[in-house]
Amino acid sequence: MRERLNRNAREGFSRLMETLREIFDEGAYARFLRSRGLANSRNAYALYLRESNAMRERRPRCC
Amino acid sequence: MSRTLPRIILWIGVALLGALSLATIAFRRGESISAMWLVLAALCSYAVGYRFYSKFVAAKLLALDGMRATPAERLDNGRDFVPTNKWVVFGHHFAAIAGPGPLVGPVLAAQFGYLPGTIWIVVGAVFAGCVQDFVILLFSVRRDGKSLTEMAREEIGRVGGAVAFFAVMAIIVILLGAVALIVVNALKGSPWGTFTIAATIPIAILMGVYLRHLRPGKVLETSALGFVLVLLAIFGGQWVSQSAYAGWFTFSAPVLAIAIIVYGFSASALPVWLLLAPRDYLSTFVKLGTISILAIGIVALRPSLHMPALTRFVDGSGPVFAGSIFPFAFITIACGAVSGFHSLISSGTTPKLILRETETRMVGYGAMAAESFVAIMAMIAACVLEPGVYFAINAPAGVVGATPAAAAQTISSWGFGVTSDQMAMLAKHVGEQTLFNRTGGAPAFAVGMAHIFSGSLGGTALMAIWYHFAIMFEALFILTVLDAGTRVGRFMLQDGLGHVWKPIGRTSWYPSIVATSAIVVSMWGYFLWAGIKDPLGGINTMWPLFGISNQLLATVALCVATTIVVKSGRIKYVFVTLMPLCWLVAVTFTASYHKVFNPNPRIGFLSHAAQLTASGKGGDTARLIFNDRLDAGVTIVLVVLVVMVLAESLMEWARVLSGKKQARVTEAPFVRSKFAGEEV
Repeated sequence: MRERLNRNAREGFSRLMETLREIFDEGAYARFLRSRGLANSRNAYALYLRESNAMRERRPRCC
Repeated sequence: MSRTLPRIILWIGVALLGALSLATIAFRRGESISAMWLVLAALCSYAVGYRFYSKFVAAKLLALDGMRATPAERLDNGRDFVPTNKWVVFGHHFAAIAGPGPLVGPVLAAQFGYLPGTIWIVVGAVFAGCVQDFVILLFSVRRDGKSLTEMAREEIGRVGGAVAFFAVMAIIVILLGAVALIVVNALKGSPWGTFTIAATIPIAILMGVYLRHLRPGKVLETSALGFVLVLLAIFGGQWVSQSAYAGWFTFSAPVLAIAIIVYGFSASALPVWLLLAPRDYLSTFVKLGTISILAIGIVALRPSLHMPALTRFVDGSGPVFAGSIFPFAFITIACGAVSGFHSLISSGTTPKLILRETETRMVGYGAMAAESFVAIMAMIAACVLEPGVYFAINAPAGVVGATPAAAAQTISSWGFGVTSDQMAMLAKHVGEQTLFNRTGGAPAFAVGMAHIFSGSLGGTALMAIWYHFAIMFEALFILTVLDAGTRVGRFMLQDGLGHVWKPIGRTSWYPSIVATSAIVVSMWGYFLWAGIKDPLGGINTMWPLFGISNQLLATVALCVATTIVVKSGRIKYVFVTLMPLCWLVAVTFTASYHKVFNPNPRIGFLSHAAQLTASGKGGDTARLIFNDRLDAGVTIVLVVLVVMVLAESLMEWARVLSGKKQARVTEAPFVRSKFAGEEV
C-alpha cells in the first residue's frame, strides 16, 4: 500500500515536472536538440531561439 | 453492476451537494455566508457539467473518434506539431488562456452583489464558455490546426474571414487600452507598487541574458531565479516607499500612462529573447503559483463574504460602472464565463499538440472550467471586503466625491458604512497613501487577497506584503498581455498592410517593425489616455467596451461552430452551440445599444457627449466629446461587422437546410491513428 502510494506520488511529480517543462519550453528545446543531433550550448540555444521566436512572437496571450 | 451503483450514488451526491450550495448562495439573505458555499457550488457544477454535458457533446454532437489521427500525429515535425501528453497540453492550454480578465471582471461585477456574477460564472462556463473552447478546439484539430479566421473563411465565407480579422484586431486594441488603464490606476501615487513593477523589467532582461548566455535552455531554473528577484523587489519596494527615494517612484496617472506606452513600444520592437520571452516565463511562473496558493488559501481559511447577495445597484445606478444586471453583469464578467479570445488559443497552438481527438474534451472543456474557477476566486476576494470598503476603492471620484470625507459620506448614504479613518487605517496596513478611488478592480482584488491571507498568515503585519504581491502578480500578468498583444497586433497589421504595399509585410524589415508597432501602440495608447482623462474613472467606459468586443468575438466563434454543425448534418444537436450563440447575441447587442444610445449620460456615449455639449465648458470638453463619439463609432462598427457574419452564416444554414447547397465541411481526410489501440 505504502509502496503504491510512493509510486503514485513519484509518477504524479514526474508528470508535473513534464508539464512544467513543456509550459516553459524546455521540452521543445530538448526535442530541437534531439532532432538536430546537437548538444546543449549557447550556440545551439541561440539557433533554437531564432527558429522558435517566429512562432512565439505570433502567440497571443489571453485576457 | 457492482461498479455502477457506487458511481451513480457518487454522482447523485455531487449533484445534490452542488444544488444545496447553489440554493444556499441564492436564498440566504441578511447574513454573511462562508466562501466555501461558492467554492462547492462551482466545483460540483463543473464536475457534473464535465461528466455529463461535455460527454453528451463529445458523443452526440462531435462524435469524437479515438481512431482518427490528429494533426500532431500526422504532421509531427517536432516543432509546432508535436503529439503531447494530455496533462501537459492541459497545463499549456490553461497557462495560455488564463489572463487578468477573470480576475478583474468578477471584482467589478461584485457591485451587484455576489449572486448574479457567481451564477453567470458557473452557468456561463458550463453551457457557453467551456462548450465554445471545446468545439473550436476539436474543429481546428479536424482541420490541421487551422485558425478561427481560416475556418470562418472556409465554412462561412469571405466576409466571415475578413470580419473575424477585424474583430480580433479591435479586441486586441481595446483589451490593451483597458488593461493598461488597470495598471495605471493600481500604480498611481504608489511608490511601492511602481518600484516593484519597474524592477520586473530589468529582472526580465537579466533573465533573458542569463538564459541565453549563462544557462542556455534552463528556463525553469531561470524563472525560479526571476521569481526570487521579484520577491526581493517587493521588499525593496517597501523600503523605497519609506525612504527619501519614494518621490522618485511616485507618479500621477498621465506620467504612468506615458511610461506604459513607451514600454509597450519598446517591448514590441526589442528582440523577443531579451524581454518578451523571459517576462512571459516569469509571468506564467507567478501566475500558476499564485492561483494555486489562492485556491489553497480560500479552501483552508474559508473566509466569510460580507457583500450581500444582491445590492441596490442591480437597477443600473452602480458607482463602479453604470448599467443594469442585464446585460452589463454578463459583459463585465466576460472571460470568467465565456471568452472570444479563447477561440484564438483553441485554434492556435493547442490543436497542434493534441495526441487523440478524445482528449479535446479534457483540454478544451476542462481548462475553461479551471479558468472559470479562477473567476470564482476573484469574486470571493472582492466579496470578503466590507461593502463600504469595496465601494470606496472601486468608485471614481466623479461619482462619490474627490475628498475622503465626501466619498465616505456618499458611500455611507447608500447603506454601506465606511469612514475616512477606517480607509486611512486600511491604506496604512497595505502600505499605500490612500485607497479611495482606486478604480479598475486590481487594487480591490489585492486588498481582498491580502485580507484573506492576513487572517491567518502574519496578520496585519504582513498585509502590505500580500497586497503588493497581489498587485505585482496582476501587473505582471497585464504587462505580459501588453507585450504579446502589441506584437500580435503588429504582425496582423503587417500581414494586412502587406497586401497594399509589399515591403511593409516583411516582418524583419526594421522600418516596418517600428512603423507598425507605433501604429498599434498609438491605437491602444489613445484608449488608455482617454481612460485616464475620463472624469468617471475610465473603467466605466473601457471595461464594457472590452467586454462587448470580447463577447462579440465569441459570437463569431460560435457562428463558425454552428455553421460546421449544420453542415455536418447534426442539426438535431445544434442547440449546443446555437443556445449560447443566441444568448451572446442578445447580451452583446443589447449592451451595445445601451452603450451607444441610452439616454443616461453615465451609460450612453452619445447622451454623455450631448450633455457635455450642452454644458458648454471649455478645457478638455471638446476632446471628451470626441472620445464619446469615437467609442460609439467603434461599438457600432463592431456590431455591424458581427451582424454581417451572422447574416452570412444564416444564409449558409438556409442554403444547406433547404438542400440548395450540398452540406460539406472542409475536414482533413480520415487517417487511422497509430495510437488507437493504446490505453488513454
